[in-house]
Amino acid sequence: MSSHNNAETAGAAATPGKARSGTRSPVARFFQATELDTRLLGMIGALIVLWIGFDIASGGVFLTPRNLWNLSVQTSSIAVMSTGMVLVIVTRNIDLSVGSVLGFIGMIMGVTQAIEIPQYLGYEHPATWAIALAVGVVLGGAIGMLHGYVISYLGVPAFIVTLGGLLAWRGAAWWVTSGRTVAPMDGNFKLMGGGVDGAVGATASWIIGIVACLAIIALLRYGRTQRQRFNFPLRPIWAEFTLGAIGCAVVLGAVTVANSYPWPRRIAERYAEANGIPIPEGGLFISHGLAVPVLVALGVGVVMTFVATRTKFGRYVFAIGGNPEAAELAGINTRRTTMLVFMVMGMLCAIGSAISTARLNAATNAQGTLDELYVIAATVIGGTSLAGGVGTIAGAMLGAVVMQSLQSGMVLMGIDSPLQNIVVGIVLVIAVWVDTMYRKRT
Amino acid sequence: MQGSNTPLIEMIDMCKSFGGVHAVDHVSVDLYPGEVMGILGHNGAGKTVLIKMLSGAIKRDSGTIKVNGEVANINNPRDAKHYGIETIYQTLALADNQDAPANLFLGRELMTGWGTLDDVAMEAETRKVMNRLNPNFAKFKAPVKALSGGQRQSVAIARAIYFNAKALIMDEPTAALGPQETKQVADLTIQLKKEGIGIFLISHDLHDVFDLADRVSVIKNGRLVGTARTSEVTKDEVLGMIILGKCPAAATPGPGALERDAA
Ligand SMILES: Nc1ncnc2c1ncn2[C@@H]1O[C@H](COP(=O)(O)OP(=O)(O)O)[C@@H](O)[C@H]1O
Ligand SMILES: [Mg+2]
Repeated sequence: MSSHNNAETAGAAATPGKARSGTRSPVARFFQATELDTRLLGMIGALIVLWIGFDIASGGVFLTPRNLWNLSVQTSSIAVMSTGMVLVIVTRNIDLSVGSVLGFIGMIMGVTQAIEIPQYLGYEHPATWAIALAVGVVLGGAIGMLHGYVISYLGVPAFIVTLGGLLAWRGAAWWVTSGRTVAPMDGNFKLMGGGVDGAVGATASWIIGIVACLAIIALLRYGRTQRQRFNFPLRPIWAEFTLGAIGCAVVLGAVTVANSYPWPRRIAERYAEANGIPIPEGGLFISHGLAVPVLVALGVGVVMTFVATRTKFGRYVFAIGGNPEAAELAGINTRRTTMLVFMVMGMLCAIGSAISTARLNAATNAQGTLDELYVIAATVIGGTSLAGGVGTIAGAMLGAVVMQSLQSGMVLMGIDSPLQNIVVGIVLVIAVWVDTMYRKRT
Repeated sequence: MQGSNTPLIEMIDMCKSFGGVHAVDHVSVDLYPGEVMGILGHNGAGKTVLIKMLSGAIKRDSGTIKVNGEVANINNPRDAKHYGIETIYQTLALADNQDAPANLFLGRELMTGWGTLDDVAMEAETRKVMNRLNPNFAKFKAPVKALSGGQRQSVAIARAIYFNAKALIMDEPTAALGPQETKQVADLTIQLKKEGIGIFLISHDLHDVFDLADRVSVIKNGRLVGTARTSEVTKDEVLGMIILGKCPAAATPGPGALERDAA
C-alpha cells in the first residue's frame, strides 16, 4: 500500500529512512518497515473478531464458504457506491440521493432491456446487456453531473440538492412504469447479479487469483525501482517479501473459499444430465468460484483507488477536501472538480444498480431504498472523515463488508429486523467514535 | 541597471469594494526587478486585498495591471502564475492533509510517461529545494498539518520560488515565526533579490520591512498614503504615514495622504 493523499497512511511513513532502525519494539518496527496502514489493519482485525464472534454465536454457520460467498455478493452493490461516496465526502459534500438514483436507473435499465431493446433486436440478444448497462452509466453520469452543477456552480448545499434528489428520483423511478415491476432481466445482464451462472467457476477463479498475485508482486517491485531511481530509503527486503506474501495469501485464500462453495445438488445434477457427465458417488462437486458482481466491485475498487491516488483529479479532490481555499489559490478548478466527483458518483450508482437489479432479476421502483444510509455508513466506518480531506477506497469497501457482515450475522442468529437496525445504528456511532479517538491520538 | 526604467509590475488605480466598504480605493504601486517593495499599513488597511488582486485570488473592480510595461490579463491564480507572479499567502494556503511534495506541486504536478502522478520525482525535487531552504527539513511524507509553523512556511516559500518566479509576493511572511526563522526569511529575501526577483513584502509591522525594503508604500483605510525610498525617510516618518496618514516631504504622496504639502 503506497502512502499519499490520506493523512492516516502518512503517519506510518513520516520518519525518514535513516531513523528507521531505532530502539523500538519489534511490532513497531514491523509496521514502520512495511509502511502498512495501521488504521486499515485495525479494521480488518475488527472484522475478523466480528466474523469469529458470529461464527460461534450462530453455531458455525457464519464462516462457511456458502455464507461468505453470499456475503461477498450481497456486499457488492453497496461497496461499489461507497467508493464514489469516498470522493464525495472527501470534498466535504454528501450524496443522499444514491439509493433513489439507483432505483431510477434500475427502472430505466430494466425497461431498456425488457421492453425497448426486444422491439428491435428480440429477446436475449448478445448486445442487450451492454446496451442496457451503457444507458444506465450514461444516465447516472448525467444525473450526477446535474447534481454537481447545481451544487458547485449554483452554490446550493449538497445536502439540500441530494435530499431533493432522494425524493425526486424515487418519484421518477415510480413514474417510469407507473409503479409496475419490470421482469425478467436479460440472461447476460443477470450474470452481474451472481448466482450459479453469475460466478466464473474454479479454473477462471484460480487464473484471476494468480494474475492478481502477479500484479501485487509487480506493484511492489515497481514501487521499489521507482524509489531506487531517486536513491530514496527503501523498505528492508524482508518487509517487501512479507507484504507480497500477505497480499498473495489473502487473494488465494479468497479464491479457495469461493471454490469450496459447490453448486446446489439439484442444479449440478441437471447440469450433469444435460451435458452427459456421469455423477460420481457422493454427488457432483461443481465450484461456484468468484461471483461476477464481486469481480465487478473489486475492479471498481482498483480503478477508483487508481483515480484517487495516481491521477491529478484524485489529488485535487483530496486537496479541495483539505483546504478548499488553498486548492483554489493553487489554480485548481474546484467547481469543475466537484461537479466531476458527483458525476463519478452517479456512474457508480448505475453499476450498483446493475448489480442489484440483476441479482433480483427484476427492476422495482423501491429498489435501493435506504441504500444511501448504508453507503454513507460504510464509507464513514471505512475511515472517511466527514470533515473532509481524508479517506481511502479500500477502507470504504471494507466498511461495506463490515455493514453486510453485521446484517448477515444477525439474520443467521435469528435476530428480529427492528433489533438489527438498532444494532447497526449503534455500531455506526461507536465505529466513528473509535475512529475519532484514534485520529486524536496520532 | 538595465530593466530599471520599465517596472516589472505596475498596479494602476486598483479598486475593490466589498458591499459598501472600499477595501482598496484607487491604489497604485509598482515593483522593479531585483527590488524589495514594502507594503505597509494597519491590520485591515487593505494590503492583502491589494496583492490578492495581483495574484489573481480576488477579481478587481477596476484598475490596470502591467507586467514589463504591457497590460496583463489576470483573472485567476493560474493567470498570475503564468506571468511569473508567485505568492506566499498570509494563511500559507496549504492543503493540510497532504504532504510537502503534494503541496509544492499542487496544480502543477509532475507526471510520468503514463499520465499518472510521479510522486517519487516530486519528492526528489522537493528534497532538493528544501535542502536549499531549510536543510533540517525531514518530514517529506507527513501531512503538512503535522509540521511546525516554520516548516509549513518553508513549504509555502518553496512552492513560490521553485517555479522560477519573476515577482514574489510575501504577505506577512514572518507573522507566525520565531526570531531565528524570521532571520532565515530575511536572508532568503536578500538572496532572491540578488537573483533579480522583484519582491512585494507585505507587513503591518514597520520593523519587519524597513531594513529589507528599497521602497515602501503605505496604505491606510484602503487608500495609498504615499511611497518613499527607505534611504530618504526615517522610520519615524514612515510610522507617521502608517498611523496618521501624514506624508513626509521625501515621499511621493498618494490620494490617501493627510497633508499633501507638509513641509
Ligand atoms: N472576502 C472579503 N469579504 C468582505 N470583506 C473583506 C474580504 N476580504 C477583506 N475584506 C475587508 O477588506 C478590508 C481590508 O482587508 P485586508 O486586505 O485583509 O487587510 P490587511 O491590510 O490587514 O491585509 C478589511 O476591512 C476586511 O474586513
Ligand atoms: Mg493581511
